[in-house]
Amino acid sequence: MTIPLSYYVILSAVVFLTGVLGVLIRRNIIAILLSVELMLNATNINFVAFSRYLEDLGGQVFVFFALTVAAAEVAVGLAIIIALHRSRESINVEDFKLLKW
Amino acid sequence: MTFSSGDLLLVLPELLVVLAACTVLAVEPLLAPPQRDGLAWLSLGTLAVCMGLIASRIGHRAEAFGGLVTIDDYGSFWKLLLCFVAGLTVLLSYSYLKEERLHIGEYYAFVLLALSGMMVMVSATDLLTIYLGTELMSLSLYVMAGLKRSEPRSLEASAKYFVLGAFSSGIMLYGVSLLYGATGSTRLTVIGSAIANTGSDAPLPLVATVLLAAGFGFKLALVPFHMWTPDVYQGAPTSVTAFMAVASKAASFGAFLRVFLEGLGGLKTDWSVLLLVLCVATLVLGNSVALVQTNIKRMLAYSSIAHAGYAMIGVVAAGWAAEGGRDAASVASVLLYIAVYVFMTFGAFAVVAMLRKGDVEGEEIEDFTGLAKRHPLGAFMMLVFMVSLAGIPPTAGFIGKFYVFMSAVEAGLAWLAVIALIFAVVSAYYYLRVVLVMYMREPTEGTETSPRLVLSPTLSIVLACAIAGVVMLGLYPSPLVSLATQAVRALQ
Repeated sequence: MTIPLSYYVILSAVVFLTGVLGVLIRRNIIAILLSVELMLNATNINFVAFSRYLEDLGGQVFVFFALTVAAAEVAVGLAIIIALHRSRESINVEDFKLLKW
Repeated sequence: MTFSSGDLLLVLPELLVVLAACTVLAVEPLLAPPQRDGLAWLSLGTLAVCMGLIASRIGHRAEAFGGLVTIDDYGSFWKLLLCFVAGLTVLLSYSYLKEERLHIGEYYAFVLLALSGMMVMVSATDLLTIYLGTELMSLSLYVMAGLKRSEPRSLEASAKYFVLGAFSSGIMLYGVSLLYGATGSTRLTVIGSAIANTGSDAPLPLVATVLLAAGFGFKLALVPFHMWTPDVYQGAPTSVTAFMAVASKAASFGAFLRVFLEGLGGLKTDWSVLLLVLCVATLVLGNSVALVQTNIKRMLAYSSIAHAGYAMIGVVAAGWAAEGGRDAASVASVLLYIAVYVFMTFGAFAVVAMLRKGDVEGEEIEDFTGLAKRHPLGAFMMLVFMVSLAGIPPTAGFIGKFYVFMSAVEAGLAWLAVIALIFAVVSAYYYLRVVLVMYMREPTEGTETSPRLVLSPTLSIVLACAIAGVVMLGLYPSPLVSLATQAVRALQ
């Protein structure tokens, strides 16, 4: 029995929306970073599912690139967060008030 | 997929830029701090060679790496502009970093890496390469915004830019994945023909279009995706702000136009309505909020939001025009507008960078009080940039606005041109307020005694280039107009 494509697309939509909600609601910058990762992984689910459905390898190749970029993004992001934590002793976005949001 | 050495030759400018960036990174630790100035000259030399290479390719068209990248006049137009801006950034940073006591050679590596990402963005014809270029640009800019690590504002700007930037690329990437599912490819031409076949009422491409518009909206700082712009522009070092405001906007417009016209051209009746809403919101909000700003960098940030709105008029007009209408002229007006925007905005930020003195932030509009007495030349240059940003003839800003407004009228959107005109008048108020403060007020006690306002040689070159661009393009725009028209012809 094969799982229909729509299941994957619904799963990825749910994961994506969870990520979007997380970015908008959470106040800890690490939690926001994790939520962004959820969004990127929702994308990967989509790519792999579509790739299988369309019998086209392009989508899987895209996933490799997306994963690599996501890793680079996390590296840069954590570096920024560490620098910020050193100067402010906080990673709560509500404490960052030097600039008005 | 295989690739030949010919493909590598086609992307030689990008390769050279990356190579120079790696060289800077590798050599920097070996040099004593005074010697690190040489890295700036290395970067400049590379940029000059790249501009020569790119200019020599104008008129040719070639695909590289099986269609992932296309070298055409459209890409070359943007790449020339971007290399030029990067060169100005290096020159501006050369004196600005000294003033800020930021002795970091890596700075130039980040400028070059961001530039290579931008160059990939504008010549990419596959959503994969566009995504990679965008990320390379953004990741470098996140770091650059936070380079002043002793300054909490700079770090905060960097963190905000990172969070919202990562969020927006997540949204954009989700749009790309849906588009892949709907059309079976990430190649823009394939997507274009697949959409032409299925018609414009399939839901998946429409959702993808909305997500892509939101993702690009963040990069272009369109309302309502603009909220990071003022904070980041204010917090980042001024030379980085100038680079971000100008180059990343130009590159994003380059990729945005290619995606929406080549890939999603079949949906243009749908996206032009969406972009029209964004465009009007951007014009209204950008110009009105700029009115109440007291920090010059925040004011220029809102002004850059508003200018993205003006450029967007041309994109809306291109989508609005009937099939086979004057959409090429509309797109050309966008290219022209951004080219003009580059000169005047970079110039304005260069003057702001010049005012920075020691530990005093010369960033409040009040700091410009009586500048005409203290530094007549600097005040005059700021005057020209402000007049041009306001769109008053005979400066380049007027030419840019004239062409986008014309394209709106031709597309039957006269009311949009009227709205834009009204807000151009509103914008004159906040631009000319700076002029008023500089010329009509006597220097106060605090500002009169302020130390050295010196024009270093490199800063003079930057300002001379910017002012020459603003004045020359204002008086004699036809070469740029024909270059933009030629570039757009390659697109369609």
